Amino acid sequence: MSKPKKMTLSKKQNLMGWFFLLPGALLIFIMSFLPMFRALLLSFKSGVGANMKWCGISNYIRMFQDTVFVQSIKNTFLYLLIQVPIMLVFALILASILNNKDLKFKGLFRTMIFLPCATSLVAYAIIFRSLFANNGLVNLLFVKLGILDQPYAFLTNTTSARIVIVIALLWRWTGYNMVFYLSGLQNIEYSVYEAAKIDGASAVQSFFKITVPLLKPTILLTAIMSTNGTLQLFDESVNLTKGGPANTSITMSHYIYDMSFKYVPNFGYSAAMSFLILILVAILAFLQMKVGDKRD
Amino acid sequence: MTRAKIRKFFMYAFLIIVSFVSVFPLYWMVSAATNKSADVISGRLIPGTYFMENWKNLIAAQNIGRAFGNSFKYALILTFVSLVVSSLAGYGFEIFHDKAKDTLMSIILLAMMVPFVATMIPLFQMISKAGWLNTTIGFILPTISTPFLIMMFRQSARSFPHDIMEAARIDGLSEIRIFFQMFIPTMRSTYAAAMTITFMNAWNSYLWPKVIMTDATSQTMPMVVANLTEGYVTDYGMLMLAVLICTLPTAVVFFCLQKAFAEGITGAVK
Repeated sequence: MSKPKKMTLSKKQNLMGWFFLLPGALLIFIMSFLPMFRALLLSFKSGVGANMKWCGISNYIRMFQDTVFVQSIKNTFLYLLIQVPIMLVFALILASILNNKDLKFKGLFRTMIFLPCATSLVAYAIIFRSLFANNGLVNLLFVKLGILDQPYAFLTNTTSARIVIVIALLWRWTGYNMVFYLSGLQNIEYSVYEAAKIDGASAVQSFFKITVPLLKPTILLTAIMSTNGTLQLFDESVNLTKGGPANTSITMSHYIYDMSFKYVPNFGYSAAMSFLILILVAILAFLQMKVGDKRD
Repeated sequence: MTRAKIRKFFMYAFLIIVSFVSVFPLYWMVSAATNKSADVISGRLIPGTYFMENWKNLIAAQNIGRAFGNSFKYALILTFVSLVVSSLAGYGFEIFHDKAKDTLMSIILLAMMVPFVATMIPLFQMISKAGWLNTTIGFILPTISTPFLIMMFRQSARSFPHDIMEAARIDGLSEIRIFFQMFIPTMRSTYAAAMTITFMNAWNSYLWPKVIMTDATSQTMPMVVANLTEGYVTDYGMLMLAVLICTLPTAVVFFCLQKAFAEGITGAVK
């Protein structure tokens, strides 16, 4: 390699920068963009192992005729549309209460509400599975209180199985989002709230007129993260309800996993389904950013 | 009672209820881990004396020690490598930024939108072709460098004082030494936050190890705990002890680094 005799300082710095960021940038291209591209190619093929053949868009046609996959899309969107808004509103309310300067035991409350985030996803899924089991604590309590005559099979009835997943997700992630909002609130001068109070604004008014508009970037961030996470739900579906009863609570990722690694592997078909998730994530993130921009 | 007092009362009541709901399932887990399964089913909520029996049953059912060791090894190595690679990249993107690097950064941020399932199958093919199934390198490779961490370190590098850097350059310190001797020590809270996030994600990850850890000897803690729920009769005492052991490391990391985590997030949100 022939180097120019005199490298200017800025050129040297420029090269140094590339040296610093190259490993990280390369890894992202090899481990994220390249596989994504290969998944796209794979989605137009069918067959097993080395005998993959081009099959046009038949995988994409098949997936909309696959009742279980259509069911998994519906389930995932059900979780998305019910759980994410409830969770974000709840987290926002909690954060604005905890931002109150006069509140006592603030740190203790914050720690307790954030505590569920310290559990692993598999662990909390199993805890909720046990609590809502036929012989679990929830049934015991409901029977003792006279709400139920006999234990109800929460996990083997479609509606209740889905509700249990939503409850579990709310439990695990509300505190997580709350921490983001609390951090965002630190950037808002507290005197703004005091001034609003002196001007006669109620707590509800300052919530909608000060907190929500000023936290908009953070709300957007959490909305995108939660959407992304919900579209990829896996651990809860596998460990809490095992996708059941009869696949009525299964998520898209869970079904894709089963299709690729549990049954006879069908990588082409799975890749097509996973690509649909990618497209959905992109569309939803785009929409959320559009909505986020508009209200400015 | 005045209106303000009533409002205060409801605020505290609300917070106490939410806190109780947040903590109770974890308390139940701890108490169940020390009780006999039959007692757990009959609704016993106070800690018992069945801990050792549960432990014996657990180690007889699954190789918990090996799984714990595996998870710990994978998570520790991933955290270390990931922090070095991602902070180097974030630092490079910010300190030496120019048009080309800024464009590259915005492309990299797009990778945040790529769901893991969409890359899972080609990644599995790559890792298995390379012969890295059931290995640490196979576990860590896909998540060593993440757009989120790079973004976080890039953001924090913005607050790294330029004049100190110039002074160090005039003193003849190399760029690498400036990074290791000056940037890392000053950015401790960012590193702590990144460490918490990476370690927790690594420890908790379930889908990827389930895909590549085909051999029982390389299975991770969450996989082994999930295995315990197979079968018809559930021994709740034993199961909750396993869940407790699976939760402990992330809980410890979380408690030690909680403050730094919140600070680091604040930096990333700004």
